[in-house]
Amino acid sequence: MPAVEAVDLRRSFRTHSGAIRRTRKDVEAVKGVTFSIEPGELFGLLGPNGAGKTTTIKMLITLLLPTSGTARVLGHDVVDDVREVRRRIGYVFGGDRGLYERLSALDNLRYFSELYGVAPREQKQRIGELLELVGLTGREKERVEGYSRGMRQRLHIARGLLHDPDVIFLDEPSIGIDPVGARELRATIGALTAQGKTVLLTTHYMFEADELCDRIAVIRSGEIVAEGTPQQLKQGVAGGRVLEVETYGVSDDAVTAIGGLAGVRSVGVEERGQLQVLLVQCDAAAEITQSVLARLGDVRVGRVATREPTLEDAYVELVSGS
Amino acid sequence: MTRFLRQQAICYWLQLKILTTSAFEGALAVFFPLMFATATLLVYRVRGDADALQYAGLGVAIMGMWTAQGVVAASLLSRERWAGTLELVVAAPTSFSRILVPICLAMSTIGIYCVVATMIWERLVFGIRLEIASWPLFLLSVLLTGVTLALVGFFIAVTAVRYRTAWSLGAALEYPGWLLCGFVIPLSALPAWSHPISWAIPTTWGMDAIRSAASGGSPWGDLAICLAVGAAYAVLASWLGRVLVDSARRHASLALT
Repeated sequence: MPAVEAVDLRRSFRTHSGAIRRTRKDVEAVKGVTFSIEPGELFGLLGPNGAGKTTTIKMLITLLLPTSGTARVLGHDVVDDVREVRRRIGYVFGGDRGLYERLSALDNLRYFSELYGVAPREQKQRIGELLELVGLTGREKERVEGYSRGMRQRLHIARGLLHDPDVIFLDEPSIGIDPVGARELRATIGALTAQGKTVLLTTHYMFEADELCDRIAVIRSGEIVAEGTPQQLKQGVAGGRVLEVETYGVSDDAVTAIGGLAGVRSVGVEERGQLQVLLVQCDAAAEITQSVLARLGDVRVGRVATREPTLEDAYVELVSGS
Repeated sequence: MTRFLRQQAICYWLQLKILTTSAFEGALAVFFPLMFATATLLVYRVRGDADALQYAGLGVAIMGMWTAQGVVAASLLSRERWAGTLELVVAAPTSFSRILVPICLAMSTIGIYCVVATMIWERLVFGIRLEIASWPLFLLSVLLTGVTLALVGFFIAVTAVRYRTAWSLGAALEYPGWLLCGFVIPLSALPAWSHPISWAIPTTWGMDAIRSAASGGSPWGDLAICLAVGAAYAVLASWLGRVLVDSARRHASLALT
């Protein structure tokens, strides 16, 4: 039995605009998503903002009712067996919110222990273990309002694990955390699967997904456009190369012209301060360097290099729809 | 049962901590009821009628409780929504009612504090010594009025789950509540059509019980009705809580955006 199973899951939202003449509009945020996660697996759901990742997670954790389709967590239907699902899942999201600022970390954990049904006898030990796990031992009596973002995020993780859930949903947990904190967080997430937990992770950081996930689904405009291991996704763009060109002031016309070259699969521009890095994905056999430089015309060019595609390249190709 | 009571007690204590640890909000909680009481007592003092001052003195004490509980209850879940904790408490396996009741009881404690603070203020600033015939019955009446007002708060709070702007309901209820519950104006002075609305609020009966206990009468009849109406609110809120949480899940209104 899969730990998480979504079959043709759909969710639409109704939005209103106008004050006197109200107009309604239905927006389909998730359009028939199907996937399953095996017990003990760390499954990544990747996609750009607004792709439907959080909506999908919220349906799985019973906070949103699907418009149609079915989803089960450990065999329990997310619409009909709400309480059973809630007992078995943990939910952690990224950002500053989701904690009682005026309470200490210890009191936050005590409060949620009561709400999540942690047996009174086990609470003290469980909270102590989790504070140790997330590295907040010694700071637990301080009010959360004085915590850094990284500390809050670690406290979120501890809160999500209080009732020892079998399935954990992590919705962009590393957002806004500094590199050291993010590294520690990745180690904590990795340790969860070592304990046999099933994890669904959404993230924008490709190296994070590459390092942690057993399998990844890429979601674009509410639909899953690719699914597989990180290696399989990279192979989707394999047989190709990536040409990186540092430019200063590349125009949209030049980018469009490069996209039209024979052998070019996709073109992206990454802003790095005053510098723009042109990322041209192309067929392995295509000799495009001179043609690309020619299309850039008078634009000042810095370093030019070719490399093997990464998961990020695969992601960009998938979500840009090329 | 022990576990349930423990859960309610711990949640109540931690919510009370949240409500009492903000110096700014604490100062406002002290300031507002006293200012309302001051304005009312200054009006009543003009005629120099001791009975009228006694009547108003009791009323303004409970008026502060109405403001501290009824009005704040409406913004209670909006605050949870802004803090991002609303989704987490809804996603908990514990029923939503069991989560809300200790929060409302914590607010009720603030309401009872308002009663005490107002009575001390009346004594120190206006020299009004409230004549209480039976202190035990008076305290019991105040306590039960506070508890039933918490249940009204519970009812008001659940509506905020479904509607993001339901917090404004509290402000809309504040001043009509002062009139309808007979805090400083007798119900007989209000039009007859408004009486059923007053009777549907447990605080009206609680206020009557408090006045009876203070004047040496029996508060039991009024207290019984106060408790019955309060219980009806609790049952209704409990049912409404389930319906509105499902509606919020359908309409995606649990989150801030």
